[in-house]
Amino acid sequence: MAGRSLSRKWLAALVPAVPYLWLGVFFLVPFLIVLKISLSDTAVAQPPYKPVFDWNDIVGFFSQLDVENFELLVGDDLYLRATLSSVRIAAISTILLLLVGFPIAYGMARAPERHRSLLVALVILPFWTSFLIRIYAWIAILKPEGLLTQTLMGLGLISEPLNILNTETAVYIGIVYAYLPFMVLPLYATLEKMDDTLLEAALDLGSTPWRSFWTITVPLAMPGIIAGSLLCFIPAVGEFVIPDLLGGSETLMIGRQLWSEFFSNRDWPLASAVAILLLIILVMPIVIYRDVEARRLETER
Amino acid sequence: MTRRLSLFNVTSLVFGFAFLYLPILLLVVYSFNASRLVTVWGGFSTQWYGALFRNEALMEAAWVTLRIALLSAGLSTVLGTLAALALTRYGRFLGRTLFTGMIYAPMVMPEVITGLSLLLFFVAIGLDRGFWTVALAHTTLTMCFVTVVVQSRLMTFDRSLEEAAMDLGAPPLRTFFAVTLPLIAPSIVAGFLLAFTLSLDDLVIASFNTGPGATTLPIKIYSQVRLGLSPEVNAASAILIGIVTLGVIVATVLTKRSAARAQRQSH
Amino acid sequence: MRRSFAPWADSSARPLIRFENITKRFGDAVAVDNLSLDIFEGEFFCLLGPSGCGKTTLMRMLAGFEQPTAGRITLGSADLAGVPPYRRPVNMMFQSYALFPHMNVEKNIAFGLKQDGLPRGEIASRVEEMLRLVQLERLAKRYPSQLSGGQRQRVALARALAKRPKLLLLDEPLGALDKKLREETQFELMDIQHELGMTFVVVTHDQEEAMTMADRIAVMDHGHLVQVATPGEIYEQPKTRFIAEFVGDVNILEGNVMGQENGLWRVATPSAQAPLTIDDPDEVLNSGQAVAIAVRPEKMLIQRDPPPANVPNVLTGEVWDIGYLGDWTVYRVKLASGAIVRVTRANASRFVENPIDWDEQVYVTFAPDAAVILAE
Repeated sequence: MAGRSLSRKWLAALVPAVPYLWLGVFFLVPFLIVLKISLSDTAVAQPPYKPVFDWNDIVGFFSQLDVENFELLVGDDLYLRATLSSVRIAAISTILLLLVGFPIAYGMARAPERHRSLLVALVILPFWTSFLIRIYAWIAILKPEGLLTQTLMGLGLISEPLNILNTETAVYIGIVYAYLPFMVLPLYATLEKMDDTLLEAALDLGSTPWRSFWTITVPLAMPGIIAGSLLCFIPAVGEFVIPDLLGGSETLMIGRQLWSEFFSNRDWPLASAVAILLLIILVMPIVIYRDVEARRLETER
Repeated sequence: MTRRLSLFNVTSLVFGFAFLYLPILLLVVYSFNASRLVTVWGGFSTQWYGALFRNEALMEAAWVTLRIALLSAGLSTVLGTLAALALTRYGRFLGRTLFTGMIYAPMVMPEVITGLSLLLFFVAIGLDRGFWTVALAHTTLTMCFVTVVVQSRLMTFDRSLEEAAMDLGAPPLRTFFAVTLPLIAPSIVAGFLLAFTLSLDDLVIASFNTGPGATTLPIKIYSQVRLGLSPEVNAASAILIGIVTLGVIVATVLTKRSAARAQRQSH
Repeated sequence: MRRSFAPWADSSARPLIRFENITKRFGDAVAVDNLSLDIFEGEFFCLLGPSGCGKTTLMRMLAGFEQPTAGRITLGSADLAGVPPYRRPVNMMFQSYALFPHMNVEKNIAFGLKQDGLPRGEIASRVEEMLRLVQLERLAKRYPSQLSGGQRQRVALARALAKRPKLLLLDEPLGALDKKLREETQFELMDIQHELGMTFVVVTHDQEEAMTMADRIAVMDHGHLVQVATPGEIYEQPKTRFIAEFVGDVNILEGNVMGQENGLWRVATPSAQAPLTIDDPDEVLNSGQAVAIAVRPEKMLIQRDPPPANVPNVLTGEVWDIGYLGDWTVYRVKLASGAIVRVTRANASRFVENPIDWDEQVYVTFAPDAAVILAE
């Protein structure tokens, strides 16, 4: 009996232990390695960085660390510009996503209840089809002789072919298109829960529909707005595929920079430093969000 | 009171869904284009599908991708379900905050970072890059998604069902397999499907961790797309879209039916 | 103190609100059917009826959330057709209270005033006045989620009153409160209404609430007004069997009119051996007509000994159930016909010698003017 209960305890402990260990080995440790390599020098030999671990020489290991890659990042304004450009593109995309996503989520929330789950399924469905393919589809549309130009010229709306592909505009279109479900779903979740009588009460107290939208609907949808914006902004900053396929050579984004440092320049330490930089940029909005959330819960309690 | 759709609501829904679906639809339509020029309609043809199936490199890539997706989705379903159980059933355990962080971080972290860090790890431990490294990388990423899906089901789970089973004499493990598992099965299946499609879809992480002989379909497609539009890629895309649509429909029907059955049984 | 308040009886008085032949359809369903009604300034008016009778729709048309399919609503001299809710001098207290969860008590009350663009100082003083009125001064900074049900109800009331509307609409104002709080609040609402001299229109399904608070009650059923009258009239002179049964307890004895004697109606009923004598001079009835006699339980007397031969309206039966309620005792008496009547008796003294017991043979009597004849 005692043996059985002991083995049961071990079994119970395995449930958290197995995924914990897995993530420790395949997420935490690699992450620490990136940190370490970002602080080490490029080696000429292959693989293009110095050995990471030499267990016998812990002191030497630490003494080798330096911040010269980060000095390079700060010194070279390419990285600074790429960083700023990434943040700017992600921020503008997030605003565009809000503008496009809010009316859709609002329409879904106001649709008859029996249709709502279908509408949600329709928003999710594109997400299941390949991201790469969905971005690829836009190349054919946005090309100078592509389907958009053909349609607009056919309608007589334009006379010159549109040059959208390989511009920042194409990147915005791509990001908005690919991330729309991530914006619509959190917005829908908060709008759907909203009590309609609150809007009626506002109207009854003399607030016009437009004002009621700003004083009631938007503040109450704020958790959804923040969640959706973060879900879009964070991956958009590090986006690689969209700027690479739609953005042309002029679109500077840090995810793309990391890729080219790694695959083209084969400077792994520098790529690691870029990764760390990117992470630091992304940690900030999350920290701010958690802070805001905590304060909101605090005031409500 | 019933909510009413205004003209504005209807318009935004129509435009929103047109925006979401038109590009995919165009892609599928143009995969039946006879012309080699992807954006010029040259009549109906299925020739690119034939060409696609004769393209051995592409077929090989598809096969590799499928094997990686099945393996990593299977593994991540087990790991993700365990993680979800740990998060919902184990209360506060040592390092729970770190654990939660490790679950959510890979989902929001840019793929370039995840890809790069795993690669550096594999190099550090001296594992040759190829099929296995991609599968392990995908497992790590997708198990987090499985965790979230299963966890959300477990949180709404009526614990008194388990208590009833134990009250009737079933020990914990038997309770889990006889009561808990069947009830959370739909979410586990959903988690598996999600993991499978994410793996099928991934370009960035696979690019970092792949090696000789393990070129996946997205990598193959990406390298072709960089060279310009290709009707063969259109055909491949149309097939993938078809498979996914079919899968989602089947999954929807299955969950609806099992939900209906559960409803009937509970009455 | 307001015994003489009866503008509805004054033919020269102009109503504040006038519904003229109002019809409201939702698709095929008719919620309000060709209804006309006047409500006067300063009235405490109750719309009473079971759920789905159209009372809420009527109120929402007044607030502007629904537009009548046909007919006209005027407020004062203004036609309300097409006037949106935010331009009507009418405010509403919602059944769910609809307090804005992201604003504290103060901000909720100030919301309507801000829409009018009142100066800051005026808003502050008006909010303070409202907080004092509902006795919530100390909770001004709290959020709705931090308030009890009764406190939320007060905030909702204060918010609706803050703009000093000509007309306050209250949708089931006490529905979410427990019984004891409900009673207290009823009287508070009456005091506030009297103090501010405002017109209140209350929608409720609770007849006790309506009876306690209202100057007049409009009883609705299936989109029609069945009776509009003071609580006393509704209770003592119900126009239909529906009202008699909906408002208060009632015993219904079915029978047929035999004729009129000395201004009193004689009605034959299987419930009594001798024909009943009913004093209801306003009814116009034909001989042989089927009618229902409605008698309130408290207007019936129960006794063990046979009454003298000259006592009218005697029913005989045996005691089926006794319910002791403290202030009242309820007897359910099974008549020879099989019908059961309810008789209540006030427990005027603490001890009763040899009280009426279960299964005893008893006599139930009532005076001719205790009953109402309802034409079927």
